[in-house]
Amino acid sequence: MHQLTIAEIVRGLRDRQFSSVEITSHLLERIQQLDGQYNSFITVTGDQALKEAAAADARLAEGNAHALCGVPIAHKDIFCTNGVRTSCGSKMLDNFVPPYDATVVDNFQQAGAVSLGKTNMDEFAMGSSNESSFYGPVKNPWDVQRVPGGSSGGSAAAVAARLVPGTTASDTGGSIRQPAALTGTTGLKPTYGRVSRWGMIAFASSLDQGGPITRTAEDAALMLSVMASSDKKDSTCLDRPAQDYTANLNDSIQGLKIGVPKEYFGEGLDSEIGARVQEALKEYEKLGAELVEISLPHTHLAVPAYYVIAPAEASANLSRFDGVRYGYRCENPADLRDLYMRSRGEGFGEEVKRRILVGSYALSAGYYDAYYNKAQQVRRLIKQDFVDAFSKVDVIMGPTAPNPAFKLGEKNADPVAMYLEDIYTIATNLAGLPGMSLPCGFAHNLPVGLQITGNYLDEARMLNVAHQFQQASDWHQKSAPTAE
Amino acid sequence: MAVDAQTVEKLAELARIAISEETIDEVSTRLGDVLQLVDQLQAVNTDGVEPMAHPLDEVQVLRKDEVTEPNRREEFLALAPQTEAGLYLVPKVID
Repeated sequence: MHQLTIAEIVRGLRDRQFSSVEITSHLLERIQQLDGQYNSFITVTGDQALKEAAAADARLAEGNAHALCGVPIAHKDIFCTNGVRTSCGSKMLDNFVPPYDATVVDNFQQAGAVSLGKTNMDEFAMGSSNESSFYGPVKNPWDVQRVPGGSSGGSAAAVAARLVPGTTASDTGGSIRQPAALTGTTGLKPTYGRVSRWGMIAFASSLDQGGPITRTAEDAALMLSVMASSDKKDSTCLDRPAQDYTANLNDSIQGLKIGVPKEYFGEGLDSEIGARVQEALKEYEKLGAELVEISLPHTHLAVPAYYVIAPAEASANLSRFDGVRYGYRCENPADLRDLYMRSRGEGFGEEVKRRILVGSYALSAGYYDAYYNKAQQVRRLIKQDFVDAFSKVDVIMGPTAPNPAFKLGEKNADPVAMYLEDIYTIATNLAGLPGMSLPCGFAHNLPVGLQITGNYLDEARMLNVAHQFQQASDWHQKSAPTAE
Repeated sequence: MAVDAQTVEKLAELARIAISEETIDEVSTRLGDVLQLVDQLQAVNTDGVEPMAHPLDEVQVLRKDEVTEPNRREEFLALAPQTEAGLYLVPKVID
């Protein structure tokens, strides 16, 4: 039962092959038995899930339930959940139980989906390996000595380990696509503003975007159809109606123009990963697509621009964690300054503190123009590269990550090496474009991700393009050895 | 690019984050590495390029200036480490 995709679960529930309570119980048991080796969940809400599943079964029996009614999912611990701890992977919020739901969580509840709990993540979504969580690192189901990628590593590992068929996640510089690539799952980062950020704990507000991690593009379409909505509570959320992203999955991709950026296949790319991506591109040619070499000349500036803009926004967003209104407070503060300094010094982990300090530096008097303003100018150049490319092609494809999953602890001593793991994904966030990663083979016996970047609000086409590849290949059906 | 200990202490004060004496050298080195990475930006000619604060050229969504949320003061106060008489408690600020 745990090998079923969301689409298969939907059909099984409608055809009365099993009930929501049955599949929910099965997955909860599996989490209890297996998650000790992955650490992909921070909180499991078993009792609540069973109640939700029973309610879903009742709605299904009435015959007019939403497509996702009764389907088990899990939420990244960055989304606030009413009455359920929402830690964002941090000691700072270890005791935080929100009295409200994020809009994304609310959307899934309205649809009747069943939440099994909250998945592990890099602290405040800062990381590319899921090693910075206060709750310990997540292990990659393909090799538990290796990282699953970050920051949505818990969400990706839970899907790869077949503990849950789909999860919510968030992507600030690649945090949906990079872990999807490293775990052989399918991850989708929508256009900035397509999914409400209300109730999603902010890291870098102009880059953060929620999206799903699933096994297939079809499942991602089902989840995005629920997640994407306009939201008056989030003024950056686009004022566009909800859409059925499953409607065009079977459209032909004959004549599709695929842009292949020459900058994505140079130095730093693992040769086996490069080979797998090229093979996937050849498969697309067989399906009738045309490959067009393009150039994104400012690609090499995406990582440096990101590591000014994201920390600058993070330093402002995380100023709210001061030990006064909620979250961690240090013991016996001597005065208010001591309360702030020690609460933040003790409550935040090393990577978070480092990024806050970098952000404070970039925004401080004397450095604002040289760093922050300059990075925002470079951001426009990066966006213009994509605008030029999309005047010639329909989608852009390349590798998602330059290397396969690396060993736990391997890059901890070198933050800059860690930052470069997001080298192919970050530009998409800076430009606000939608992106996907889907499995396209193996390198060194580990999963490889193919990245698809779409034009603004072109998620339906991206999902169609991904679904057609998955109809012609079976990489997305491969199961991690520990997850059989 | 090195960041001296004095600069780190100043940043820590600005960010209100306590950094121990033992870790200050390591923090200096790591910060220096990150700043060396971002210094690549200085070589780019951005004359006449408008800074981009938002990826999409969208009209700001506005709403009527009226209260839409209920008063949930008690629920939010309950999250605080210390409160008294409906107020947040902090160490005394003025002697």
